[in-house]
Amino acid sequence: MGLELYLDLLSQPCRALYIFARSNNIPFEFKRVELMKGEHRTEEFRKVNVLMKVPALRDGSFTLAESVAILLYLARKFKTPDHWYPSDLQKQARVDEYLSWQHVNIRGKGGKLFLIKVLIPLLTGQPLPPEKLEGATEELNAVLNQFEEKFLQDKPFIVGSDVSLADLIALVELMQPVASGYDLFEERPKLAEWRRRVEEAVGKQIFQEAHEEILNARNVTADKIAPELREHLKQQLLKQV
Amino acid sequence: MGLELYLDLLSQPCRSIYIFARSNNIPFEFKHVELFKGEEECGPGGAGGRSPALSVALSADSVLGKKPAAAAEVEVEVSGAERPRTGPSNSEGDGKISLLKKVPALKDGDFTLAECTAILLYLSRKYNTPDHWYPSDIKKRAQVDEYLSWHHTNIRANAPKTMWIKVLIPLFTGQPLPPEKLQEVMEGLSTSLKQFEERFLQDKAFIIGSEISLADLVAIVELMQPVGVGCDIFEDRPRLMEWRRRVEEAVGKELFFQAHEMILNIKELSNIQIDPQLKEHLAPVLMKMLK
Repeated sequence: MGLELYLDLLSQPCRALYIFARSNNIPFEFKRVELMKGEHRTEEFRKVNVLMKVPALRDGSFTLAESVAILLYLARKFKTPDHWYPSDLQKQARVDEYLSWQHVNIRGKGGKLFLIKVLIPLLTGQPLPPEKLEGATEELNAVLNQFEEKFLQDKPFIVGSDVSLADLIALVELMQPVASGYDLFEERPKLAEWRRRVEEAVGKQIFQEAHEEILNARNVTADKIAPELREHLKQQLLKQV
Repeated sequence: MGLELYLDLLSQPCRSIYIFARSNNIPFEFKHVELFKGEEECGPGGAGGRSPALSVALSADSVLGKKPAAAAEVEVEVSGAERPRTGPSNSEGDGKISLLKKVPALKDGDFTLAECTAILLYLSRKYNTPDHWYPSDIKKRAQVDEYLSWHHTNIRANAPKTMWIKVLIPLFTGQPLPPEKLQEVMEGLSTSLKQFEERFLQDKAFIIGSEISLADLVAIVELMQPVGVGCDIFEDRPRLMEWRRRVEEAVGKELFFQAHEMILNIKELSNIQIDPQLKEHLAPVLMKMLK
């Protein structure tokens, strides 16, 4: 039994893993865990990740959660090209800095917008009050400004002239608000250029494949969500916004 | 000019860096950033070191654990600034050391770095600290990475809030703490602690096994925050308490308590004179952060 990656491509960090593994020709078995069907809460999946979250990795008897940890593990195990996680001390630190900062910033705010615009209305059958959306949009823009000013600046990629794990993790997260109908790249040409560069660096086709499902998320109807999951999800998600 | 670490020991991530550097005898200049000092008290020498700006940094890596809306970001006043600031300061020499204006921050020559995890890893690599802190075995290393990642949105999502609710909000708004809020936070923290024991610690001495690593250090400093404000999460959790004792011993008890002196005496914070302008500025921000 080889490397298994437990993924649902609706999830941003899952997409990062998928793209990284495919882009580097890392052989793996794609184990689909459909979040909307509640497959992450089965006994079987709990054996892989007791925290019941995707993405997760299983390599023989070794299991691992958290996309940042999994990406680094894969980069090391399969000795991917240096630029993904540079051996240069300062460049590596820049990647670490972004990967740490992004949890509550880009990931937090981008994800929140998707919840408010798509997922919660899907579960409750009604939109959230407009102030919620306004607030979340404002917060997202604040972190986008920081991303552009502090992390990207005038460089082609976050670390400099080459794509790294930082760019990959950043872009998949930004596609979540895009998938909710908020085209944040429209009024940010520098970001749009960066996005084009990252897509090319990982492979346009792989990038598109990874994002096919999420870009159709708005067409999903409520009946796609397992009924027993609906109430649980509703409560959990409402707390986050 | 050697390595500079900009720290306020009231801040959890600052404590992990302080303990790590001291424990490994890494030579550094301690640049004390005082998160709550008002205008009158900046600079150790005091002479002419008055800042025209508000003197608090609020950011993801501060005691508050969460980043407020950008509008509330204010400058970091580094006490120990050698000369008075007369005009707008935008060069790093004037005291703004971090790209993100946060604590903790590192300055190594021209290189500046924010984010606790990044700083700890940088230090461990540059100073070749003992392997167990960030093991070369890729599976053990992955376990450290896994904890450091999960930490942000779990333990660190709730532990800092105990301090907001019990100390900061009453201090800045003059209003007493809302009991339901504290209960909500403690419940969230309880869930995270359960997961911590189930997934990360289990029956091992430390997160990666028989030796301490960066993961244990980052976890413990965060959990000392509720302890400092009177929410002793170790009280009913013997396994966690045992782990805490082991961590304290591994880093050195004296060092551990030195790093935690301020937070364990947090009641004294209520005696600090907070700049009224600052109070006015921060009160709504703090209330919003608590939703």
